[in-house]
Amino acid sequence: MREMRGIPALLGAALLALPAMAGSGGEITGGIAPGRAVELERLVRQDCGSCHGMTLKGGLGPDIRASALAGQDREGLAGIILDGVPGTPMPPWRPLLSEEDARWIAQYLLDGGKRQ
Amino acid sequence: MNLLAKPIAAFLSFFLALALAAPALAGSDCPPPRASGDLGLVVERASGSLLVVDRSERAAIGRITGLGDLSHASLVYSPDERFAYVFGRDGGLTKVDILAQKIVRRVMQAGNSIGGAISDDGRLIAVSNYEPGGVRVFDADTLAQVADIPTGAKTVGLVDAPGRRFVFSLWDRGEIWIADFSAGPAPKITKITGIGDRPYDGLITPDGRTYIAGLFGEDHLTALDLWQEPPAPRPFLPGYAAHDEKLPVYKMPHLEGWALAGDLFVLPAVGLHEVLWVDRRSLQEVARTPTHGQPVFAIARPDGRQVWVNFAHPLNDTVQVIDTVTKKVIHQFRPGPAVLHMEFAPRGAELWISVRDENRVEIYDTHTFEKLGEIAAESPSGIFFTARAHRTGL
Repeated sequence: MREMRGIPALLGAALLALPAMAGSGGEITGGIAPGRAVELERLVRQDCGSCHGMTLKGGLGPDIRASALAGQDREGLAGIILDGVPGTPMPPWRPLLSEEDARWIAQYLLDGGKRQ
Repeated sequence: MNLLAKPIAAFLSFFLALALAAPALAGSDCPPPRASGDLGLVVERASGSLLVVDRSERAAIGRITGLGDLSHASLVYSPDERFAYVFGRDGGLTKVDILAQKIVRRVMQAGNSIGGAISDDGRLIAVSNYEPGGVRVFDADTLAQVADIPTGAKTVGLVDAPGRRFVFSLWDRGEIWIADFSAGPAPKITKITGIGDRPYDGLITPDGRTYIAGLFGEDHLTALDLWQEPPAPRPFLPGYAAHDEKLPVYKMPHLEGWALAGDLFVLPAVGLHEVLWVDRRSLQEVARTPTHGQPVFAIARPDGRQVWVNFAHPLNDTVQVIDTVTKKVIHQFRPGPAVLHMEFAPRGAELWISVRDENRVEIYDTHTFEKLGEIAAESPSGIFFTARAHRTGL
């Protein structure tokens, strides 16, 4: 499922990110710079975490850990992130996030909160 | 000779006093007594620790660690201002000794929790749980469970009310429940239904009479007069925002017992960049003040003359100060990314602000707006001064 991986870009990004990621074992998805990935991870933990919990196990909003999202695909989740869920407190994040950002977050959640 | 006698006598008696005092000093291993009235705790959300702060010194004086997941944690104080009961998101209920700076007791009482309260007599600790939905009540000394009140819904807005009562709202069911422990450990439950769609938080006024629930799914709020038997839900601010005007809400506002500014409630709107002013008796809207973003906390200085407001992501680096008389923003500044919480000194002279992503707490003079100091803290969120021990609803 993880397409869009320009290998040179991946290598370059991984080299740049190495010191920061020591021990995290992460890789970088194409299109998202390492610095942006750090910002997005913080956004997921802190701001999505307002409703879903910092550990993502749910709060007023539902559990969004990988086990709870099993069977959902990345594009569908990215759509929910961008457009929200009408009638619920899930807001549309399109004013704040690009489609690439949303896909990165969706993959991050499907991977169980580990950087790609 | 006479001239010298006095100084020599004084000199000798000084040494005599020292000699007498020495055994007493050496024999005492007690530090001098320490009062807790000017202390506070700052929640360090990511590291599961509490920073112990001294308001008079404007400094941190210690750290208590090992409290689990403290994201969105809150706490209440014992009546003697020595112990704090900390409500973690992971269901942990921890009793800490603020003077000894250590954990006294800790229980995992549920899987997913949000806030708590202490009864007016200081004997009962109630915790609001998302999972399993309901409220659990514990003995304040031992943390042994006293009562379990399952609601079948996520509970929010839990506060204490006079008469050994707790009041809370049911997110999924649009109800407010009153649990009355005045007759002993088995509570008498009063359920008030039809209060509106999805209450997200609640507050009680400092006199313990009025409970207000904020509603995500309605264009109004609901008030209860707890002096009524039983209280009838009273909607107010009808249609304060038509749904199609609402902006995305990236963080739910908080309602706290700081909402009363003089004779007016000041309330954060949901989905609007405004705070709403409401007459406390008639519950009629009096005015609105446009704000920098979606308000999260709108808290009145203890004298009611000012209201300080912080905002939801992505505008959460800014704080505005509104004058209660003119209802205009009189001051705006940017402490830094992620201003999460604000706490006034009990008489209002200072405001302490947690700036999460700068890893510090900042202290401001509320009259001159001058910054008085800052304290390093790890991802700080809630700031709680011990004076809360004596306030209903905090």
